[in-house]
Amino acid sequence: MVEIEIDGKTLQVEDGSTVIEAAHKLGTYIPHFCYHKKLSIAANCRMCLVQVEKAPKPMPACATIVTNGMKVFTHSELAVKAQKAVMEFLLINHPLDCPICDQGGECQLQDLAVGYGDSASKYEEEKRVVPDKDLGPLVSTDMTRCINCTRCVRFTAEIAGFMELGQSYRGERAEVMPFIGKTVNTELSGNIIDLCPVGALTSKPFRFSARTWELSRRKSVSPHDALGSNLIVQTKHDKVMRVLPLENEAINECWISDKERFSYQGLNSADRLTKPMVKQGGEWKEVDWNVALDYAAHALRDVAKNHGGAAIGGLLSPHATLEELFLAQKLLRGLGSENVDFRLRHSDFSADGKRAGIPSLGMKLADVSALDRVLVVGSFLRKDHPLIAQRLRQSAKKGTQVSILHSANDDLLINVTARAIAAPSQLPALLAQVAKAVCAAKGAAVPSDLSAVAVTPDAQAIADSLVSGSNSAVLLGNFAQQHPQAATLHALGRLIATTLGGRSGFLGEAANSVGGYVAKAVPGNGGLNAAAMIKTPLQAYVVVGTEPELDAANGAQALAALAKAAVTVVLTPFKTPAMLDYAAVLLPSAPFTETSGTFVNTEGRVQSFYAAAKPLGETRPAWKVLRVLGNLLELSGFDYNSSEDVRNEALGGKREFAAGMSNGIEGVALSIGDGSGKLERVADVPIHFADPLVRRSPALQQAADSAAPSARMNAATLAKSGLAAGDAVKVGAGDTAIRLCASLDNGLPDNVVRIAVAHADTIGLGAMFANLTVEKA
Amino acid sequence: MALIDTINPLLTTGWAKGDAGWGIKEYEARGGYRQLRRVLESKMTQDDLIAEVKKSVLRGRGGAGFPTGLKWSFMPKAAPVKYVVCNTDEGEPGTFKDRDLMRFDPHAVIEGMIIAGYAVGAKAGYNYIHGEIFETYQRFEEALDQARAAGYLGNNVLGSEFSFDLFAHHGWGAYICGEETGLLESIEGKKGQPRYKPPFPANFGLYGKPTTINNTETFAAIPFILGMGGEAYLNLGKPNNGGTKLFSVSGHVNRPGNFEVPMGTPFSKLLEMAGGMRGGRKLKAVIPGGSSAPVLPAEIMMECTMDYDSIAKAGSMLGSGAVIVMDETVCMVKALERLSYFYYEESCGQCTPCREGSGWLYRVVHRIEHGEGRPEDLDLLNRVTDNMMGKTICALADAAAFPVRSFIKHFKSEFEYHIENKKCLVDPETQRMGSGFFKAGAV
Repeated sequence: MVEIEIDGKTLQVEDGSTVIEAAHKLGTYIPHFCYHKKLSIAANCRMCLVQVEKAPKPMPACATIVTNGMKVFTHSELAVKAQKAVMEFLLINHPLDCPICDQGGECQLQDLAVGYGDSASKYEEEKRVVPDKDLGPLVSTDMTRCINCTRCVRFTAEIAGFMELGQSYRGERAEVMPFIGKTVNTELSGNIIDLCPVGALTSKPFRFSARTWELSRRKSVSPHDALGSNLIVQTKHDKVMRVLPLENEAINECWISDKERFSYQGLNSADRLTKPMVKQGGEWKEVDWNVALDYAAHALRDVAKNHGGAAIGGLLSPHATLEELFLAQKLLRGLGSENVDFRLRHSDFSADGKRAGIPSLGMKLADVSALDRVLVVGSFLRKDHPLIAQRLRQSAKKGTQVSILHSANDDLLINVTARAIAAPSQLPALLAQVAKAVCAAKGAAVPSDLSAVAVTPDAQAIADSLVSGSNSAVLLGNFAQQHPQAATLHALGRLIATTLGGRSGFLGEAANSVGGYVAKAVPGNGGLNAAAMIKTPLQAYVVVGTEPELDAANGAQALAALAKAAVTVVLTPFKTPAMLDYAAVLLPSAPFTETSGTFVNTEGRVQSFYAAAKPLGETRPAWKVLRVLGNLLELSGFDYNSSEDVRNEALGGKREFAAGMSNGIEGVALSIGDGSGKLERVADVPIHFADPLVRRSPALQQAADSAAPSARMNAATLAKSGLAAGDAVKVGAGDTAIRLCASLDNGLPDNVVRIAVAHADTIGLGAMFANLTVEKA
Repeated sequence: MALIDTINPLLTTGWAKGDAGWGIKEYEARGGYRQLRRVLESKMTQDDLIAEVKKSVLRGRGGAGFPTGLKWSFMPKAAPVKYVVCNTDEGEPGTFKDRDLMRFDPHAVIEGMIIAGYAVGAKAGYNYIHGEIFETYQRFEEALDQARAAGYLGNNVLGSEFSFDLFAHHGWGAYICGEETGLLESIEGKKGQPRYKPPFPANFGLYGKPTTINNTETFAAIPFILGMGGEAYLNLGKPNNGGTKLFSVSGHVNRPGNFEVPMGTPFSKLLEMAGGMRGGRKLKAVIPGGSSAPVLPAEIMMECTMDYDSIAKAGSMLGSGAVIVMDETVCMVKALERLSYFYYEESCGQCTPCREGSGWLYRVVHRIEHGEGRPEDLDLLNRVTDNMMGKTICALADAAAFPVRSFIKHFKSEFEYHIENKKCLVDPETQRMGSGFFKAGAV
C-alpha cells in the first residue's frame, strides 16, 4: 500500500494503482475518454491530464502509477488548462450538431464539453469527414464523430478475443475500421456501443427511434442464458426500446451479449399473441379471458376425469420464471399428474433420483475467474455462454489452463491448453480416459468401470494439465447435459473433480436451469420426463413459454405428439402456425419485460425483477393466468396475492441463493461405449435460435451467427461421403430426411455431421443425437 | 556522397574509399572487429565495459543526447531475454548521416551492436532501417552475412561463450517509427505508435523484454571509444559532450554534406568547411538539429559551438546534428509551412493534441502563406502550440510546435507582413534566385 494525496485528501491505495483509480476511490472524478477500467491503458485521449507535484508536465491520470507521497492536483490551474486544451482539440474536428446525433443526451463528450469546452470554437478551418463503415446489422457508425479513443478496438482485441476493429491510417486521417469487407461478428459486439464515448458507434436497431431522456428505465434480468445478466430495460410508452447492461461485477461485469441486448426486438414482433384464443369446431376464435380459462379448465378436468391425471403432461420452458414453473407444476400435480419437465433438450434422465441435490455451477461466477485449471466438457462455450467464455479468456491470459473435451473444435478465442475432440458417442470414453489418468496421477484407486479404458495422448494431456493445478474445476456444458450419456458424463466429471480436490459444475443451459429444479418442475414418482412425454403421446399437454418443435430434443417427435393430443393448452407470448395446428387454447402470457418474476441463475443466485412495461394487449403475466386456472380447477393453495408470494413458497422463504444445490451423484452405471463408428449428428443450438424471444429479433437474425444451418463435416468425412463443400445433400435419420447444403468445418472429428437444431430447416431431422446418412441430393 | 571534410575523424575514417571500402576485409584492414575480439578474449566484464562507455560521455546521437553508458546500465542484469536495437529510421528532415554511415561503414555499426549486446547481456539485436534507403538495407544484409561467415555473429562469437545474432528490419517510411517505442511496435508487426512511458524499453522493450535502443551513430562510435579509451574520446570533444559528431549540413551552402567534427567546434568553422554561403549571400537562419529543433537567427547561431550544451543555451537543440542553413532569399512563412505540413503528415494520430493540433497548425500557416492570414492568427498559433507541448505520449507534438513557436518568435515581422500585405516580405524574385529548384518565371 502506498499513501498519496489527491487535491489535499490523503488515501491509501494498493501498489501499482493508477492515479485515476485512486481518485475514483476518493470519489474524485477525473475527466476521461479512452480510459476504461476493463480495458488496457491507451493514454491517448489525454483528457485525464492532472498535475503531479515535481513533474514538469501534466500527467495522464490513467497511466500514471502512484508512488508513495505523490501529490496530485486534479483541479489546479495547470491541470484544468491541460484538460481544457484537450477538449478544444477533441472538438475542433467533431461535429457540433448534438441535436441530430443519436448519442445526444448520453454522450460523454457532450457532458464533458459543458465543463471543459468553450462556448464557441476558435477553429475556423475545414472539418474532417470520415467515411462510415458497415459493421453489420447491430452497430451503426457515424465515423466523423469518432475521437479515436480506441476503446472499441481494445474491446474486440482484449474482451471479445479477436481484433475485429483497428485504427488505420495516421494522424488526422486515422480511422477506426474493421477488416476490409468484413463486419464485426463477435457475439459481444453490442458492448462497443456502450463503450463508445461519442456518437460514432450507436445501436442500429434503436437508432433515431427515441431520445434517451424520453425513456423509462427498469432493472431486469436476462431471460436467455444461465448467467442471469443484469439488464436495464428502457421503455417509451410501454414499448421496450432498448436493453443495456446493468453493471454487476459478480455476474455480467459491465457487459452483455448481443443476444441479451437485441432480443427485445422480439417483444414487438408481429407474432405476439395479444388475445386469448380457443379452437371451436376447427376454427380459431379470439375470446375473453374468462371464456378461454373456463375452456382450458374444463378441458383439462375432463381429461383428468376420463383418462386420469397421468394422461396430462407439462412441457415447460427453462426460460420461464421460477413463479411460472412452480405454479405450472403445482397445477399439474393438482390435476394428478407427475408428468412435468422443463429440461426439454435433454435426452438422458437416468440421473434423476441419483443426484445429491440440484445441479448447478457448483461455485460462484466470480470463483470461475480464480480457477487455475478448467476442463470444459461438451460445450459450444463461446456461443452458449458468451460471458463465461469471456471470463475464462481473461483468466487464460493470466495463466489459467483451459482444456476442452467436446465434439467440435470451434475457435473459442481462448488460449486452450489441451483439447480432445471426438464424435458424441466417444465423449464418455474420452472423459473416462481423463478420469483414469487423473486417478493414476493422484494415486487414487481407479474405479472398476474404468479398468478397461486405455488412455489416449489427448486425454493424458488434459489430465496432466488438471493435476498440475491447485484450484481446478470440471464444467459440463449444454452439449454434455443434452448428451444421451449425460449421467455418465456427470459422474465422470464428479469423479475427476473429487480426485483433484477441485469442483465440478454445470454451465446451465437457460435462465432457469437451476430454477426449474428449485420449482420442482421435474417429474415425480412414476412421472414422465420431457423425452418420455413426447415419445408416447399423451391425452393433454400444458405448454408454458416454449415452442417444442424448436426447443425440444426431438422437435419432429414433439410436434407429432402434440398433434395427437386431445387438448393442448399453451401459455405463450407468441403464436405460431404450429400452435394453431396442435393447440386447443392459446393464452397470451407476458414475456419477461411484462411480468414480475425470478430467475435462479447457474450459480443458484436468486434474482427477481419487476415488469418494465405494461402487458401488450390482453396479455397477462403467466403466474396470474396459472393462479386463476388453479382456482377454476378448484385446486387448493392457489391464493397468491403477488408473484413474491409464489417465489417465497417455491424457495422456502426469501433467499439470496437457492437451497439444496449439489453436484454429487451416486449409483450411476457408467455407460462407456467405444463409439458407434457410424455417421453421427452433432447438434448445436445456434446462439440466436435458442429461445422463442431471440428467434424473433430481426437484427439478430441478420447477424453472422444466424446463418442458415448447413451440414458441416470435416474434409475426411466429406471425402468419404463423396461430397464437396457447397453440394446439396440429403441428410437422413431413420425414416426421415432433409435437404441441406454441405459445408467444410475442419474443427469437427471424423464421422460426424454438424447440423444445428432449433431451426425451422432442421426440425424434420428429429433427434439431436442420432446416426445419420448423408448423400448427394 | 562521400565525406567532404573532417577534423579529427573517427567514424568517417573508413569512408575514404567511398563505396569500395564498406566490406568486411576493408573494415578489418582498418582495425575493425579488433575491439570486439579484445573484449571477448580478455573476458572484459560487463561493468568494466559500461564504465568505459560512461567515461567517454558519449551522448545518444539520435537527437535526445541521453548518456549512452547510463542507458546501458539500466538494463536488468537477471533478465533471461534481452535485446539490442539500432535505430536507423533516420526520417527527420535535414538528417542524412546514418544513411552514409550504413553505406560506407556498416561493420562499425555491427561491431558496436555486438559489443553493446555483450555489455547488456543480449543475445539478439535488430537494426531498424529507414524504408526509403532500400539499397542501404540490402547492403546491411550483405554485411551481416559477411559478419556471420567470419564468426562475429552467431553462436559462440569468435569461439567465446558469448552468442549474438543480429537482424535487419526495414520500415516503410513512417517518421514516427523513428521514435524508439514506435519503432519497437513496428518491429513487432504492429502499427508504429509510440508507447506510454514508463515503463521504458530497458524494462519493457521489444516483445516486452528489456531492450537497449540506440542510434546508428552511437553504436558506430563504440569500437572507436574502446580503441582509444573513454577518456581520450571525451577529450576529443568538450566536457559533458564527448567525442566527435557527424553533422549533416544542407541548405544554402556551397558544399552540402556530412562533416565529422569534434563536439564544441564553432558553427562558423562548420559553415566554412561546408564551403560557406552559396553565392556569397547573407546567412539568415539555421535550424541546428533537424527540422524539429527551434530555428535560430544568424546572429545567435554564429556565436554557437556545435555541442549539446551550447545549442541548448541558445534556445535550440543539437538534435541529430542536421544543420539546415537558410540565406536571405528564404521566406520564413513558406519554410514554416513546409515544416508544419511534414508534422501534420507524420503525426501517428494516437494522442488528441498532436492528431488535431498538427493539422490546425498546418492549416493556419498555410492560410497565412496564401494570403489569407488574420491578425489574430499568430496568437492562435502560439496558443495551439502551447496546448500541444508536453501533453502527448511522445515528443512529436513538441516537434511540431517548436518550429512554429521559434519561427514566429524570431521572425515575427515577416509573419505580420504576410498577414497584412497578403504576400511575402522577401519578394518572389529573390526567393527564386535563392532556390536551386525553381526556375525564373515559375512560382
